[in-house]
Amino acid sequence: MGNSVGLIDRLKENLGGKKTRGVALAILFAVVALLPLFANNYIEEVMTNTFFYIVLALGLNIVIGYAGLVDLGYAAFFAVGAYTTGIFMKMGLDFWFTIPISIVFCIIAGIIIGGPTLRLRSDYLAIVTLGFGEITRIVARNLKITGGASGLVGIERPTIFGHKLYQITDFYYTFFILVILAIIIAMRLHNSRLGRAWQYIREDEDAAEAMGIDPVKTKLYAYMIGAAFGGVAGAFFAVKMTAISPETFAFTQSAMILLAVILGGMGKIPGAILGAVFLVFFPEIFREIGQTRMLVFGILLVIIMVFRPQGLWPQRKS
Amino acid sequence: MSILEVKKLTLRFGGLTAVSNLSFAVEENSIMSLIGPNGAGKTSAFNCLTGFYKGSEGEILFKGQSIFKQKPHKITKQGMARTFQNLRLFKDMTVLENVMSGMHSRTSAGVFGAILRLPSQIHEEQKIRQVSEECLEFVGILDKKDRLARNLAYGDQRRVEWARALATQPQLLLLDEPAAGLNQDEKEQLVSLIRRIRDDLGITVLLIEHDMGLVMKVSEKIVVIDYGQKIAEGTATEVKNNPKVIEAYLGKEDEE
Repeated sequence: MGNSVGLIDRLKENLGGKKTRGVALAILFAVVALLPLFANNYIEEVMTNTFFYIVLALGLNIVIGYAGLVDLGYAAFFAVGAYTTGIFMKMGLDFWFTIPISIVFCIIAGIIIGGPTLRLRSDYLAIVTLGFGEITRIVARNLKITGGASGLVGIERPTIFGHKLYQITDFYYTFFILVILAIIIAMRLHNSRLGRAWQYIREDEDAAEAMGIDPVKTKLYAYMIGAAFGGVAGAFFAVKMTAISPETFAFTQSAMILLAVILGGMGKIPGAILGAVFLVFFPEIFREIGQTRMLVFGILLVIIMVFRPQGLWPQRKS
Repeated sequence: MSILEVKKLTLRFGGLTAVSNLSFAVEENSIMSLIGPNGAGKTSAFNCLTGFYKGSEGEILFKGQSIFKQKPHKITKQGMARTFQNLRLFKDMTVLENVMSGMHSRTSAGVFGAILRLPSQIHEEQKIRQVSEECLEFVGILDKKDRLARNLAYGDQRRVEWARALATQPQLLLLDEPAAGLNQDEKEQLVSLIRRIRDDLGITVLLIEHDMGLVMKVSEKIVVIDYGQKIAEGTATEVKNNPKVIEAYLGKEDEE
């Protein structure tokens, strides 16, 4: 592992110049944008899935990476978003109108969970968020409006400018646009007054408070924005799958997203992307070895965490 | 007029009374010091003023308004800034970013401003940068603004703290042992800096200090506390000759 890590470092160094980085990004963008012209359905499906996890990882990265808060129940927000869209569409509302509703519902969920718990120390926060994730899933399983254990089926596909999104290529581009939007939003937040406030609080909460920063309010913002990311991703997930069930939002889902963020390197946008890519690609690439791949996957994760606890993406240097 | 009035402030930790019945006032545009031997309750009193400890009894008025038991960030917003005895910088951020934190309570851009990059937000960011750079210039380390805070020499890290506190644009600046760990040369510079903060910026200064030489040189009024109580108050000469103060610092003379 040491070798390939060194390789990433060297790569980063070589790509360090603004110009080379711009060119590299442009090439990457072009490859991803043109991929559906050459790739088969399977690859498109995997890529779409990757995009989806990138959005979620970027959202969770705001909570964990930027604000330094633990969240073991992130799938709950994604569930609220998916169910809100599913339920409102079943009631006859157009998909695009359900998105803002999903966002609002997720933000409310973020406030409900964050409001009372953000005063807690991080280890308690971990337990509370874990509980919240499970509660959301169990509530979804027992309510009539969410379709109980079988969930919601037959959610309609959305149309945009008269074009119905139903082929995998349609969703490929939809989620690709979502990823780009998510990156822009995450970047802009990071380089803002609010983004800095998160960083101050993560580094030293007392000093931040002495500088006039309200820690509870600032942390709550991180929760709300993270929740909104989850909500949007959930809404699009619902229409892509056309069916959602409580088991989609189990703890393993939260753990996956968390893993993507930590693996890639907390607080770093390329890190979260890399983590999500790794997480989706790995099990796909090693599909032939069957269940054993999860064992290999687990071992690999442990090795990465031992030799590179700060995540795959390198730290910024002074 | 006094900018800060402390009235009968008492702070108890369980059975221990750290600050007891402490009253004093800080005049506007003055330089005042709070001194006392080790463990006299200076820092505890200081933490009550800045909201980090909630006092048990008493009243604290800042610009005539009660700030007793208020949260630290609200107190800062009202115009009282502090530094920390043991440096509390945001170590993995640049010097400039550290100082920019001070402007937080003087600005307002929120989520949408950040995402949409509204003109008002861009303008505000420029303003934050500009004020922060002025503060760094004032303490004399503008040339180090892009270094990570952790990579600076100790004396310069102290300066970052002062600049950061100044960036909150306070009317009253509370310095908690600003001379701790500084060499003689740096202490001289600190004395002139404290004077400039008052004279050029019009900020009232209250400092807690161990270093008697510095206190005597810079302060116009000194309050001495011991065992959480005020034992003397006055100018440097008055305090220096006060038998109670001498006793607190040097101990009582043995009776023969």
